Amino acid sequence: MVHKLCLKTFSLLFVCLSERRRGQIAALSIAAVVIIVGVPLWWRTTETYRAWLPVSQINALSNLQLQLSADVEVVFARGTVTPEQQKKVPVTQTWDEKHAVNEDTSLNYRYEVKYRTATVMEEDALNQPTAAAADLSLHTLSESWCGSLGVYVIPESSSLLPEDVDVYIGQRRTALLRIGSQVKVGRTLEQLLTHLKPRLKQVLQVMSFSRTDITAALSDRVRVSPGNQESIADSMRAFKSSPGYEITFSLLNPDPKSHRLHWDIEGGVETYIQPLLTKLAPLANFSIDSQILYYAMLGVNPRFDSSSSAYTLNADSLAHVINPVEARLGSNAASSNPVLNFLLYVPDAQHSPLHIHNYNKQEVPTNAFHSPRWGGIMIYNVDDLYGPEVTFPVDIDISMARVMGVFLAQLRLLLGVQSSTPPPGFMVAPCSSAGLADWELDRLMWSRSVENIATATTTITSLAQLLDQIGNIVINDNIAEQVSSAVTSLQLAVAELEAGNLGFALQYSKEAFSASERAFFDPSLLHLLYFPDDQKFAIYIPLFLPMCVPILLSLLKILTELRQRRRDKKAKNA
Amino acid sequence: MAAHRRRCSVVLLSIFSLSLINVAHSQETTAPAGQYVSASVDPQTETAEKKAEQPAAEGRWEETEVGNMDLGDAATETPDSLSHENVFSPSVSEPKHDFREELVIRPLHSGDIYASFQFRTLWKTNFRENKVSHYRLFPKSLGQVISKFSVRELHISFTQGYWRTMQWGQPYQPAPPGTELWVWFQDSVTDVDGTWKKLTNVLSGIFCASLNFIDSTNTVQPSASFKPLGVGNATDHRFLRYATLPREIVCTENLTPWKKLLPCGSTAGLAVLLKSEKLFHSSFHSQAVHIRPICHDWECKATSWELRQTVNVVFDRHISAQGKREWSLFKMFSRTLTEACPLASSSKIYVDITDSPQGEQLELSPPTSLLSQAVALGDRRTFSVYDLKQQSTFGMTHSLNLLIRWKSNEGDMLRPLLHAERYVAGYGLHMGEIHTLMYNNHPYRSFPVLLLESVPWYLRLYIHTLTVTSKGKDNKPSYIHYQPSKDRVRPHLLEMLIQLPPISVTEVTVQFERALLKWTEYTPDPNHGFYVGSSVISSLVPSIVAMDTNMTQERPLFSSFFPNKEESTYFTRVYTEPLLVNLPTPDFSMPYNVICLTCTVVAVGYGSLYNLLTRSFQVEEPSPGLAKRIANVIRKMRGVPPL
Repeated sequence: MVHKLCLKTFSLLFVCLSERRRGQIAALSIAAVVIIVGVPLWWRTTETYRAWLPVSQINALSNLQLQLSADVEVVFARGTVTPEQQKKVPVTQTWDEKHAVNEDTSLNYRYEVKYRTATVMEEDALNQPTAAAADLSLHTLSESWCGSLGVYVIPESSSLLPEDVDVYIGQRRTALLRIGSQVKVGRTLEQLLTHLKPRLKQVLQVMSFSRTDITAALSDRVRVSPGNQESIADSMRAFKSSPGYEITFSLLNPDPKSHRLHWDIEGGVETYIQPLLTKLAPLANFSIDSQILYYAMLGVNPRFDSSSSAYTLNADSLAHVINPVEARLGSNAASSNPVLNFLLYVPDAQHSPLHIHNYNKQEVPTNAFHSPRWGGIMIYNVDDLYGPEVTFPVDIDISMARVMGVFLAQLRLLLGVQSSTPPPGFMVAPCSSAGLADWELDRLMWSRSVENIATATTTITSLAQLLDQIGNIVINDNIAEQVSSAVTSLQLAVAELEAGNLGFALQYSKEAFSASERAFFDPSLLHLLYFPDDQKFAIYIPLFLPMCVPILLSLLKILTELRQRRRDKKAKNA
Repeated sequence: MAAHRRRCSVVLLSIFSLSLINVAHSQETTAPAGQYVSASVDPQTETAEKKAEQPAAEGRWEETEVGNMDLGDAATETPDSLSHENVFSPSVSEPKHDFREELVIRPLHSGDIYASFQFRTLWKTNFRENKVSHYRLFPKSLGQVISKFSVRELHISFTQGYWRTMQWGQPYQPAPPGTELWVWFQDSVTDVDGTWKKLTNVLSGIFCASLNFIDSTNTVQPSASFKPLGVGNATDHRFLRYATLPREIVCTENLTPWKKLLPCGSTAGLAVLLKSEKLFHSSFHSQAVHIRPICHDWECKATSWELRQTVNVVFDRHISAQGKREWSLFKMFSRTLTEACPLASSSKIYVDITDSPQGEQLELSPPTSLLSQAVALGDRRTFSVYDLKQQSTFGMTHSLNLLIRWKSNEGDMLRPLLHAERYVAGYGLHMGEIHTLMYNNHPYRSFPVLLLESVPWYLRLYIHTLTVTSKGKDNKPSYIHYQPSKDRVRPHLLEMLIQLPPISVTEVTVQFERALLKWTEYTPDPNHGFYVGSSVISSLVPSIVAMDTNMTQERPLFSSFFPNKEESTYFTRVYTEPLLVNLPTPDFSMPYNVICLTCTVVAVGYGSLYNLLTRSFQVEEPSPGLAKRIANVIRKMRGVPPL
């Protein structure tokens, strides 16, 4: 009887235990299914597609170490070095100059200087009567490539340069440097070279990259400390680097009842602007158009100056001139490149003549002004063309030579062709018909390459940062492709700069620039940008809360039981 | 069958290639009482003006120094450019640019008034050559669009209100309510759809309209209804795109960029009258831009681009004129005219006085002795002409305030020969039926019309239910072009050539099923309904002049036996009303409700299942009865062991 009762209790206990066990196993297996199947499934189905980006390479780019190398050939003309010195002339020298812009960006300027003596042909060329002629014949002797320079050291006694001029900078990539007198230079070659070095550097600063240019080009990457007013104005004047520019000439005729204006813009562009743009073709694509706007007024009422019986516009009011006109200029419908506006304003008959006064209350001789990164305006007075007896409307032909001269100067400034004043003792050759010397183009190419690289690296690094921070953004394959191609082009551009291949460096930097812009402004990046978390939880909670609470509770219970049992066992053992 | 269809289409093509719009194609002739109206073309070199959206540039202003620039050699290359200064050369004999403006005022029989502005800019250039960049009178923004997208013809209209053909007669420039855009591309374009997409986006920026909503779901390629209006024999409709946005609302923001395209802007000339506060306070307002290449001379050796900008307005008598039958420029536009645009070679106002050539019913002040006759819309009309290029028009006050006064209310309007209407029939939200009615009011002639219907994909047309009946009998269309829709890709396109018998109503019906859209596809106000663009009826209508059989008129007998060939038919386009169709609209809070409900159901089901699976069942000692428990308590108090 006792045995039977005991057996019954035991079996009951056993059933109880196995029932508990089964419940625990069921809870555990449900939790396992949820964790092994449910969570990955949910994760996979709600995941956004993010293509792989070359993050490590991008991070490497954020620390920009650029090296600009320029090849310089120093040619000694006869009479500058003695035959003994000639034998000892070193073949090459390398001058390095460090330029740390900030902790992330540092530059190294490297000049590979080659020394040699002039050939017979070059001697002949240097014996030309004028510096310009010598420059031309030196150019025909050797084809120089982008970014390289040639400096011809001519004897003190040479008659090529006027008395007070020591350095002549030609239209191509050559400069003539007058060696100092024997006494100053010293007898040995070392003395000669040490004497030449600072002067050569001065020449190279003018004809090739200089610190200020490169710092200005890096302005996108490095916040320039507010230096002097002038340099900031200089660096802000030119347009930012872009794959293309639209140049628009507008003739403003506020008074079509009095003036019938004719301008031969096709001819003017062909003669004056096109040669410059052809020369600048490696930098960017340019497109030109023109229009005539009638009843287009300036925003300021000019003041009548009785002393000169003319109307005047003061320099401080010029800022307000453009705004009403700009509303009529029209944005460019066909492309998104920056527009350079050049306005020719012919004042109406009642307000003629009209002159611009500068800050010193002096009449501006060109009667024109320009606005940084916008364009230029020229005022063209026609009242002296009326003749004695005037009957309105008057037919007026606009002299394109006068107008285009001003616009060309403004265009050079706005495109960043720097015409910094050369140091004393320098003579710069006048522009050719193209309006641009070869070395000026090189200078522009140096700074544009650096600017493109700086802009592209900033764009790519900030894109990578953005994508890293916001996990919801879908990264499609085409964006990853653009980013990779931008990174590759950037690396190539940096390498080419280092090797001194300026043309290729510019080409790659342009590619990098456009690829990075395309990637950054891709519309697909905006799709799921703003999907707030609180809404996501509002959707998930009704499903997840009732499902997860029992699982969690039973898991907790199992845990506590386990702990209890262990404690019991410990107590028993003790 | 196929051969038959091809023959039909060939016939059609020939019909419509012949028919260029002759709207307001003013052939000025001398009227008996009038003087000669001469359009002298002033040789001027002029330009165009521009729209702009660029924000003003902030910046420092610097004087320009022409530094060490030596333009010496550049200038010597063109020695003649300097010598040109101070020479008042006479302008070129044949102008490359021409601008004309005109305003036609037509008093309507209802007492309302119809004013139609047209501004035409001609620019002599080779339209096939894409490299054009120097603009004078032609607006730069449109010129750039034409050359960038290789557009051959571009027609865009913005209309507010519906033109009531029965009350007002035919308009000079018909346009459907909302926005209509149709473009012929040059045959050099390879990716027409891509170019069309970019073009609509750029136009949307230029005209501040929602043209960027034009996509493949509302674009069709009509095979016969829209033929090029300019020169060139391209009729391959692969290069044609047609789209309408019937819901588009037209307002000031569309008018301002439109006015900027005019050479004189709104500063001088007829455009002074275009003030939006009055223009949009009207029963009907339609503005349009038409660009096409046309012949510059008779032999068509040279071509020009023609830009026609039109504004058509109907002012309501009761709203704008306090119910009086008296109109003046000031009353209509709250402005008077003081000058013509100095750039215009011709600037005229025409007032349609056909109904009272001697001033029996209409009185004009100031009176004008200039009369002009023109055949417009198949009818020979007489117009009084005010030439704004002549100072005398403005009189002593130097301002022209044209006054039109009705003397009597008599006179009947001739019923328009062709008009149409359309409605949706049916009940419920499942099926429906589109009815299009076309009226031929000609007493004895039947004529063919081309009907174009473009229906969005969410109305699924059952094309087997298409019936065409006139006078109770089945009217078999001689040409049917039907392109079925694809969901979310393209709309239905139905084009039919139907012969309309005289004095008849032809009814075209087709049934449709309403689709259920995805919830993101609904417009912000889905209960308002969905618009279906107007159907377009293009036709060569027999002209009223040819219909005239009255031989008692003072006309030479020799001219009146055979109907005049040129005037026997005229081309017109009639637009029906757009349709407003209700689609089954869900409750938009539904997704969240559904989520919550489903989740609750799942949670309840899951919860009980989980309970069943994990709960362990134990046998519990049955608890003693209540009486026993009370007895036990008492026994405990007594100190007796419990039961």
